[in-house]
Amino acid sequence: MNTRAQPRSTGAILLEFLGSMNLAITLLVVIAVSSVIGTVLKQNEPYQNYIIKFGSFWFEVYKALGLYDVYSAPWFLFIMGFLLVSTSVCVYRNAPSMLRDMKNFRDNVTAKSLQNFHLTATFNAASAPSDVALALQRYFNSHGYRARVKQHDDHVLVAAMKGRANRLGYLFAHVAIVVICIGGLLDGNVPLKLDEARGKVKVETRVLPVSQVPAISRLPAGNASFRGVVNIPEGSTAKFIELRLRDGYLLQELPFAVEVKDFRIEHYPGGQPKSFESDLVIYDPEQDAPLARTISVNHPLLYKGYAVYQANFGDGGSKLTLRAWPLTAQGTAREVRGVVNDSVKLDSPQGPLTLEFSDFKLYNVKPAPPESGKKFRDLGPSFVFKVRNADGIALEYENFMQPVEQNGRLFFISGVRESINEEYSYVHIPADAQGGVERFMRFLAALRDRQILQDAAVQVTQLSLQGGAGENNPKIRKAMADIMQRLLERFGEEGFEGVVSYLRANIPPDRQQAVQTYADLLQEALRIVYGKVLAQEGAAQQDSPQFFEDALNALGVMPQYGAPYYLQLTDFEHVQFSGLQITRAPGKNVVYLGFALLLVGVFIMFYVPHRRLWALASRDAGATRVIFAGSSQRDRLGFAKEFDALRQGLEARFRHDNADAGM
Amino acid sequence: MSVSQDVMLDGFAKRPFLKTLSPFDWVWAALLIGGAAFVLYRYGALLDGYEIAILLGVTPLFIALGWHWKPARALLLSVAALSLLAVTLYGADLAAAEKNFFLKFLISSQSAIMWMSALFVMATFAYFAGLFMRSDFTTRVAGILTWSAAAMGLVGLFVRWRESYLIHIDVGHIPVSNLYEVFILFSVITALLYLYYEGRYNTRSLGAFVLLVISAAVGFVLWYTFGREAHVIQPLVPALKSYWMKIHVPANFIGYGAFSLAAMVGVAYLLRARAERLRPHGALATRLPSLEIMDDVMYKSIALGFFFFTLATILGALWAAEAWGGYWSWDPKETWALIILLNYAAWLHMRLTKGWRGAPMAWWAVVGLLVTTFAFLGVNIFLSGLHSYGAL
Ligand code: HEM
Repeated sequence: MNTRAQPRSTGAILLEFLGSMNLAITLLVVIAVSSVIGTVLKQNEPYQNYIIKFGSFWFEVYKALGLYDVYSAPWFLFIMGFLLVSTSVCVYRNAPSMLRDMKNFRDNVTAKSLQNFHLTATFNAASAPSDVALALQRYFNSHGYRARVKQHDDHVLVAAMKGRANRLGYLFAHVAIVVICIGGLLDGNVPLKLDEARGKVKVETRVLPVSQVPAISRLPAGNASFRGVVNIPEGSTAKFIELRLRDGYLLQELPFAVEVKDFRIEHYPGGQPKSFESDLVIYDPEQDAPLARTISVNHPLLYKGYAVYQANFGDGGSKLTLRAWPLTAQGTAREVRGVVNDSVKLDSPQGPLTLEFSDFKLYNVKPAPPESGKKFRDLGPSFVFKVRNADGIALEYENFMQPVEQNGRLFFISGVRESINEEYSYVHIPADAQGGVERFMRFLAALRDRQILQDAAVQVTQLSLQGGAGENNPKIRKAMADIMQRLLERFGEEGFEGVVSYLRANIPPDRQQAVQTYADLLQEALRIVYGKVLAQEGAAQQDSPQFFEDALNALGVMPQYGAPYYLQLTDFEHVQFSGLQITRAPGKNVVYLGFALLLVGVFIMFYVPHRRLWALASRDAGATRVIFAGSSQRDRLGFAKEFDALRQGLEARFRHDNADAGM
Repeated sequence: MSVSQDVMLDGFAKRPFLKTLSPFDWVWAALLIGGAAFVLYRYGALLDGYEIAILLGVTPLFIALGWHWKPARALLLSVAALSLLAVTLYGADLAAAEKNFFLKFLISSQSAIMWMSALFVMATFAYFAGLFMRSDFTTRVAGILTWSAAAMGLVGLFVRWRESYLIHIDVGHIPVSNLYEVFILFSVITALLYLYYEGRYNTRSLGAFVLLVISAAVGFVLWYTFGREAHVIQPLVPALKSYWMKIHVPANFIGYGAFSLAAMVGVAYLLRARAERLRPHGALATRLPSLEIMDDVMYKSIALGFFFFTLATILGALWAAEAWGGYWSWDPKETWALIILLNYAAWLHMRLTKGWRGAPMAWWAVVGLLVTTFAFLGVNIFLSGLHSYGAL
């Protein structure tokens, strides 16, 4: 069709629209608002979490909208691109006029227009216009203005301006936006997304050993920009990193191999972590000698445009030596060997079990449970494991290696919980004179020994009936001894709960005071059992007075402990992994250039206002008439002040001039 | 004629700037240069490249500041004097805080900060009293209270800095590392920005509104101190052990402070605009600065905030490139910084290129403060991310 017929070409209209302020402001606001999404909705979580959160329907909707990775969602990138275009067009349209504006002194303004200025004043001078002009030029110069005198046929015009760099400020700041966006694009994963869309790469969602990851999920070493992570156990080497993408990952090959020799945590005097450090060795085929470096948080290794960061750490497979103490049946402790992130089988009276070791910690700087608050101290090594029974049901445990001091006594602490989102509930096993669990375990075993319980029951019965009515009544004695034995057994098998429920069931409500009596007797009986335990140890054994109570407290809850064994950590070999983040960002320097431009530009725009002054001197009626005017598009108040000062200065000086001329 | 022309030309030359300086201006310059020289001579060996650069950069900066804004000199001198006094009184013994009278009741960081809090609250009441009782004397007092509060706040921070080193050389760090410390920084910076404009436009009646935000911040500091024992100096988490923190955080808080100032001026603007319609002879309509001036202050402080917040965000990006493996990670705090910038960029464009003025812009400035507050607090409280060590 014929465009000449139209007043303006479609191109011009398009430019007009793209460069328009309304569009710009709309874009700024729209981007601001849509950026919020990614901050309220946790990004790049495993999809499972989102499904749980939103239900499968909304999960799909949000997925389609790309809300799980908003900032690289097509629509978001589109708006960003829009801002990029808009800003460029804006600069393209404004730059020429602004550059012209910088040079242009506007030295053709007429007296009329000057008088219509918002800031204007007139004076009379004696000297000739040309002299006045010269004087004004110097006056303006001395106030930091660049001034130019121009002879017109009937008047002289002094045109002055200062701060013309302001226009450059605009250019810098807005070119900066473009530059930054471009740099960002260079480092973004847009190309990767395109390859994915074109089916050239496919995100791997299964957890596989490196060797089994299919070729379509691997990226060659040449890849220009990426940001990935890898966990390397101490003493191992890696040549690939994972680029996490949505619900899966891609495998990025490195042009070099990284070995983690050692990972360290430095501590403050108070015990809190002070720095995380890794000793690395880089094996680069292009280098004849391997390169050894130590990195730490805030101190990455920069190598050939790659950056290696200390990002994470954890247990890389510590080797644990354990002693498994039977809790539910008699028998002796046996040794078990385990490795973190691995599992071992263990048979038990309740059937076969799997022990899944999930973590080991060398230090535990925290309040000793059940304490809380700010009483931090190092509780020493601990390990975490699951005990899974034949039906696949599992409980999670946290055991501390060393006994922890509490109110002057030492306890082996072990926590148990049913799921991760529960708090542990802790059992406190009192340490014996040797600082071990042996005595407690013997006490426990004694409670499984019918013979011992029977003897204890009989003894305590005699003691209680001495001098009482039923003393020589065998029936009562028998009945009572039976109850005591049952109580002891219940205590051993079901703890406090068992005892309570037994008494509830067997004592009529109207004789409740008897409950207390039986509880006391039970305590006595247990003391007798404990006495036998001490006897086994040999008379020489000194007994810590509190041990018995502490042991009862532990025994009373043991049945709720859930596991048929107590795992005591006797020895370990600590192996950690160091989590490295390895990145390549060729756009970085472009972005930094943009940053510099932006700062300089913004500063100039704000603090170097562009100001113009004019003085038009013309001869009329034997005097020189001076019209003084000024304009500035920024900081009008400030400029009004300056203008006023200049005006007063001029008034004073022209008074001189007139005086000198004897007027 | 030619004679008179020369006379006249001379008359038209302006006195060069340096000639306009008073003797005390020169004393001021001499003091700072002397101080810097002494530090270099006495401690130069202990300073690293950054620190020497900073020292050499800050000296002329503060000389200029003192020349441009005279009252700042009294502030800086008294802060320096009190801080140095505290440091000497401490010696190498943290326990001195309990034994020494001055430290215990005046200038141990904890006491100084309590003084700051008290003075700010008093100043707030004084400004309001002065505004509604139309008493210039009261507002003048309020001004003095605010100056003293700012001074005590700065002393508190400097002394806290020293105390952290007295706890243990490894624990020592600049006190801008957690919410408690930055809230104090925020109060001081906002107050100083306000005091600057108070002097420039010689109007004290805005103080009532600006000090409201500061008092709110102070309220938080107190709750945080007594409710959460946040004043206890904790060592830095590894992620924060970086030189960038020293410049990134203060730059941020100049931004936050300026935006808050703008918002409170916005409130004053709206109140006066309303009062002019409803009660033209009331205190608000008569005592508050003209709408034009408030509009100007609002613009100037948003511009200042925009510049420093841009700077802070850029510094943050540089730091992130060193600590997190990328200059931009769309971490919530980062993203909200961007949101703030975009918001105020829109504001500035509206004003400059569309010529918007008055109530809408004032409202927008107030909303801006809500956004800013969320970026400052909300993100730490509600959103998790790489910045989460700033959490409550
Ligand atoms: C993130 C994007 C942007 C930022 C950070 C930004 C920043 C700024 C700043 C700080 C100012 C100075 C305002 C003042 O002095 O009060 C300004 C002015 C200006 N901006 Fe932008 N701007 C952006 C995008 C745009 C776009 C897309 C356009 C084009 C439609 C634009 C056009 C202008 C114009 C025409 C001025 C006035 C310049 C003058 O007259 O001196 N800006 N910008």
